[in-house]
Amino acid sequence: MPIIEVNQLTKVFGKNPKQAISMLNKGYAKEAILKETGSTVGVNRASFSVEPGEIFVIMGLSGSGKSTLVRLINRLIEPTAGSILIDGEDLSKMDKKSLLKVRREKLSMVFQKFGLFPHRTVLENAEFGLEIQNVSKEERRKQAIKALELVGLGDYVHQKPGQLSGGMQQRVGLARALANDPKILLMDEAFSALDPLIRKEMQDELLDLQSTMQKTILFITHDLDEALRLGDRIALMKDGAIVQIGTPEEILVNPANEYVEKFVEDVDRSKVLTAQQIMKRAETITLEKHGPRVALERMRESGTSIVFVIDNHRNLVGYVTADDASAARKKENTNLRDIIKTDVPSVEKDTTLNEIFSIIYDSPVPVAVIENGKLMGVIVRGAVIAALAGDREENK
Amino acid sequence: MLTNLLDFIPELPIADAAKTFTEWMTDAFSFLFDPINKHFGDFMEFVADDLLMSIPPVIFILLVALLAFFVSGKKFGLAIFSIIGLWLIDNQGHWEDLMSTVTLVLIASLLSVIIGVPIGILMSKNKVANAVISPILDFMQTMPAFVYLIPAVAFFGIGMVPGVFASLIFATPPTVRFTNLGIRQVSKELVEAADAFGSTGRQKLFKVELPMAKTTIMAGINQTVMLALSMVVIASMIGAPGLGREVLSALQRAQVGSGFVAGIGIVILAIIIDRITQTINKKHD
Repeated sequence: MPIIEVNQLTKVFGKNPKQAISMLNKGYAKEAILKETGSTVGVNRASFSVEPGEIFVIMGLSGSGKSTLVRLINRLIEPTAGSILIDGEDLSKMDKKSLLKVRREKLSMVFQKFGLFPHRTVLENAEFGLEIQNVSKEERRKQAIKALELVGLGDYVHQKPGQLSGGMQQRVGLARALANDPKILLMDEAFSALDPLIRKEMQDELLDLQSTMQKTILFITHDLDEALRLGDRIALMKDGAIVQIGTPEEILVNPANEYVEKFVEDVDRSKVLTAQQIMKRAETITLEKHGPRVALERMRESGTSIVFVIDNHRNLVGYVTADDASAARKKENTNLRDIIKTDVPSVEKDTTLNEIFSIIYDSPVPVAVIENGKLMGVIVRGAVIAALAGDREENK
Repeated sequence: MLTNLLDFIPELPIADAAKTFTEWMTDAFSFLFDPINKHFGDFMEFVADDLLMSIPPVIFILLVALLAFFVSGKKFGLAIFSIIGLWLIDNQGHWEDLMSTVTLVLIASLLSVIIGVPIGILMSKNKVANAVISPILDFMQTMPAFVYLIPAVAFFGIGMVPGVFASLIFATPPTVRFTNLGIRQVSKELVEAADAFGSTGRQKLFKVELPMAKTTIMAGINQTVMLALSMVVIASMIGAPGLGREVLSALQRAQVGSGFVAGIGIVILAIIIDRITQTINKKHD
């Protein structure tokens, strides 16, 4: 059962929400509604569901309504229409008291500009969520310190947030969100205010934490690279509506429309595409049953100058070049083992393109792609260049 | 023709209306005003004449100097100024007047803060309250302070109590305005953070908004104290005792010398109070 289920969630800012909604349902565009009613559509009938333990990324440019959407989910902004089910309970119809309870126990939020209280120490910030639940001082100290140690700030508990760097401040923000052990983390552009190196570090750390915590994370970002790194699934937003939901791969390979396609064009493909995605089928011969003749035959068929050698279990053994094979044939030597070269350049199948560059640059032969020692495919130089150029047909 | 047009509407009886209203208030609320006047007046006299005057001037001066020393972060400047200034007032024979003035200013300021801060909070939270109270505050601050003396006398007779009443009306607006401003200035993200973790309105106010607005509110309180002090001379016109009365009587008899001496006393008091309240504020930055 999904832990978050959002149905037809809509937010209209302005005086005429009813009229705006009926126009939305008739299919009018955002601009037309603004002109007609003076109301702005913030979020337009968004529907999605998030499974427990999933990192669900909502991404879009500024003004696409993603920050509004995340605030609708904990009702910092009141929805105009639609429903938000958390653990099957409809938040949009809750009275104030139950809403507070859900905010305290199930949802925590991490903010773009950290949202730390400057008059409180790091520890007092981290324990804020527990403090307002009237948890005893000892207990909340203990939990806050635990959360701070989790994010690596155990030594800074008595500092004020203003004394820390941006990255550390956001760790405090994260610790504050984790301290009351919520099921769901809402992260609103949590790493966008950090510089690129720190951002990457924080992303890694979040993934690290997530592998042990198994929270459900709703992550808002405008950065597609970040979305692709973090997201189990990604929802792309435009003009308040969700345009596409899918795994990073689905979105890259099959953009739902021009908007998504444009977005994807700007991705640094070298960080996203992996060896598996750009490799081709490898020409192979089997060590136990084939000799130099078969090797030469394969090379002739495929128009290449080498062929990979595998054993009966598809484990990569090495490769044979055309020169060595024809020399062996002339000497009537049928044993492959004498001419096989075993110094094969190889990469694991989930190696990203930017790491493949240096290997393929130094290597005279194509690079083998392996998984647990078994040969999966081969990458030639041309494939790397084609992938960077964004030619999708070549990637397949 | 034009004059006729202006004369077309006869003079509106605004003065009469104000008079009738004040008289009605005096009658209708005499059950409230009279006991306030009596008990509060007694209390203030007790503070000024018995409590403060029972402290020997030397002790009082040293206490103020100590306070100045510690709030200014263990610097000697303000402490030394306090000692010399207060000694000078005593030396000129105005110690009793000083104590009356201090009582008037402190009690008026205290009441202003007690009344002003909650009103400021209300205005920051409630659009309607903000729209209604803002023009009233403008009115209170721009109306010449002398005018407040008239209803003050009608309600409370003469003496310290009407002085406090007039000061209260004149000095409360800055505290209200700055409290309102301070809370509105708390960054949206911090308010959201407080909400997102499930704070109640009260928790948000006391744990986030008021602490964040503290510096601004203190600046307003500093203004309030200064305004209350500036009312000292005016309030003396309706019989409030203190340094102001000395200034007033010097004015009436054209005695430049004693007027100057009493005036300097007010200046010294103003500087000490201003610097102490300001440094308290700075310490929290």
